[in-house]
Amino acid sequence: MSNAESVLKPMTVSPARAKARPLFDQVHEWIVTVDHKKLGLMYFGYGVLFLVIGGLEAAVMRIQLAIPHNHFVSPQTFNQLFTMHGTTMIFFSIMPIVFGFANYLVPLMIGARDMAFPRLNAWGFWMSALGGIILYFSVIGGNGLYGAGGAPDVGWFAYAPLTARAFSPGHSTDYWTIGLLVSGFGSIATALNIMTTILCMRCPGMTLNRMPLLLWLNLVMAGLVLVAVSPLTAAQIMLLIDRYLGGHFFDTQAGGSAVIWMHFFWIFGHPEVYILVLPAFAIISEVVPVFSRKPIFGYSAMVAATLAIGFISLGVWAHHLFTIGMTSYANAFFVASTAAIAVPTGIKIFNWVGTMWGGKIIFKVPMLFCIACLCQLLIAGLTGIMLSAAPFDWQLGNSYFVVAHFHYMIVGVIVFAVFAGTYYWYPKVTGRMMNETLGKWHFWLFLIGFHLTFDFMHIPGVLGMPRRIYTYEPGRGWENWNLIVSIGVIFQLAGILCWVVNSVWSFYRGKPAGNDPWDAWTLEWSTPSPPPEYNFAKIPVVRSRRPLWDLKHPEDPDWKYE
Amino acid sequence: MAATTVTLPQSEMPLAPELRGRVGMWCLIAAESAIFSIFVIAYLYYAGKSLSGPTPREVLHVPVFNSICLFASSFTIVMAERAIERGKSRLFGTWWLLTIVLGAIFILGTAREWYHLIYDEGLTISSSLFGTTFYSLVGLHGFHVIVGLTGLSIIMIFAALGQVKQEHASRIAVFAMYWHFVDAVWVVVLTVVYFVAL
Repeated sequence: MSNAESVLKPMTVSPARAKARPLFDQVHEWIVTVDHKKLGLMYFGYGVLFLVIGGLEAAVMRIQLAIPHNHFVSPQTFNQLFTMHGTTMIFFSIMPIVFGFANYLVPLMIGARDMAFPRLNAWGFWMSALGGIILYFSVIGGNGLYGAGGAPDVGWFAYAPLTARAFSPGHSTDYWTIGLLVSGFGSIATALNIMTTILCMRCPGMTLNRMPLLLWLNLVMAGLVLVAVSPLTAAQIMLLIDRYLGGHFFDTQAGGSAVIWMHFFWIFGHPEVYILVLPAFAIISEVVPVFSRKPIFGYSAMVAATLAIGFISLGVWAHHLFTIGMTSYANAFFVASTAAIAVPTGIKIFNWVGTMWGGKIIFKVPMLFCIACLCQLLIAGLTGIMLSAAPFDWQLGNSYFVVAHFHYMIVGVIVFAVFAGTYYWYPKVTGRMMNETLGKWHFWLFLIGFHLTFDFMHIPGVLGMPRRIYTYEPGRGWENWNLIVSIGVIFQLAGILCWVVNSVWSFYRGKPAGNDPWDAWTLEWSTPSPPPEYNFAKIPVVRSRRPLWDLKHPEDPDWKYE
Repeated sequence: MAATTVTLPQSEMPLAPELRGRVGMWCLIAAESAIFSIFVIAYLYYAGKSLSGPTPREVLHVPVFNSICLFASSFTIVMAERAIERGKSRLFGTWWLLTIVLGAIFILGTAREWYHLIYDEGLTISSSLFGTTFYSLVGLHGFHVIVGLTGLSIIMIFAALGQVKQEHASRIAVFAMYWHFVDAVWVVVLTVVYFVAL
């Protein structure tokens, strides 16, 4: 340790928060910045803002569904709520958050001073931000000349022909289309940047084989964005041609097809799930080893599994179309490919458990979230395999069972991993620790709320409750389950409140963190907290997957074994 | 950024920061290919499904001269790249201008073809499903040609001002990748629209 400290010490500087500058200067600096850390934080802040907005939309829906025959919101408003909730959470909350993590961490972890294309990075962020603003501007501007609409109400996957001019007059659907189109350009730019950065900007000695797993997972995520978000862009262009130039892509009256929109949307939509979940896996892959005090178990298998997930995820989309009626060959193919993706995912779960096995597990907040994450990933994966069987899907497709399944993945895995990541890297970003007690409150409240909501949501689904209904009859056996589901939301909101309060409080009052509060092994922990604008005064040279371990333990470095 | 005292064997770092332009362009090409793929799939899927005329066989003629011009522009841009690599700025300017001329001929040819289709044959983007898919796919490619021509012209202005020198060769090469991609896409679009789905 003493040797490591002496190496790390010259780089230590006190947090540069003391500078008091005019507010305008500070805001201006953030707006014109091309620094990957600032852009990462802006991505993250923007994502959290929309996480709160999307969460409140969900809360309103749950109030409406808590009891049968409720009149809290109108059916029209309910349609708008689930459309905006889905669109917001996928495109303007989780995606910016995972891009935020990638932006902040990728250059630091590969030992670079910035992304490959810093200005493109800023462009990508502002395009994404513009997309979100366009989407929410629909609330004011969606009326158009027809007096119909407001926020879009066509569902987050906007099936044709509901999106045709005849059925969606006004401009609300156009705001949805253009918002996603614009943010899609931003996503493609950012993915291009992440990929190029990881491939070209690694510090000397950091071969692909020595990259922390976070980088591998983000590399595959970026590749998926390039090939999966682009089809959505293409489909949105077609939709715009249909709506504005009188085209017939999705117009069945002229020989077009509504089903082809479904294909195009889900060619994007299913890889998108993996675009969101791979960065979550990336966070787990960094947190679990550090808090188990062991290197990651089965590094090569993890990399191979990541690539396999990326590859297979491109060929599973039509499991969203089992209920549409496809040929038996198509059904068989997509059943098999969907079930097959469970194999590399299973390998990952085994390897994380293998990392913990025999380790000296430290139950700090980031680790708690990761452990919960693994359990929930297992369950979400199992319901996924259930739904991958076409006959099962015919029965339960478009029911609350499906809603419960994908929320288990998105909330139970992705959002939990995001929480783990914030507790883990907050000290690096701000120079201060987050409060552990408040963090445990956050964890337990959110865990209880999550399980109340999403465990019990499976049951009305099995009992036949379809998704997207704004209310239901009493006496079908759905009431109690729906009430429990809605009650869970209260706990989740309380948990989120703890998180926000913790973040703000710790920023001013948190314990100073130092460079390396978790005794971790990757390069970002060798920089001061917060890192200076140039990240590394001297570009580091690495010889193993755990450069800081080598530094701290010169008598037993990793590179002797790799 | 690459300024480090440590030198490692070349095999350790196959992709240096200097190559980031190329890698970035490959990423863009991957994304663009995905966009074109979806339009091509739509075109093929909808081939023959149009409920009203005219049919492709009745109105489409293979744009031989246009295509030769566009493909030739890939050759001229390679010559321009070679010229600038050797520092021959004037020669570069000549080949570069020729590339622009060839690209412009292609776009003007497409405009003529569309004029004929719209005013003589009555085929518009909204007249039938075939019109929608045809103008979308060919138009998407044409849009990329126009973007490429814009880029080419900006570089041409710099070249005319004597600002493009040998040290810019790698950037020129990155831009040329895009132009090659636009040409390569035309191979696919030409095959699909004028031969396969006729």
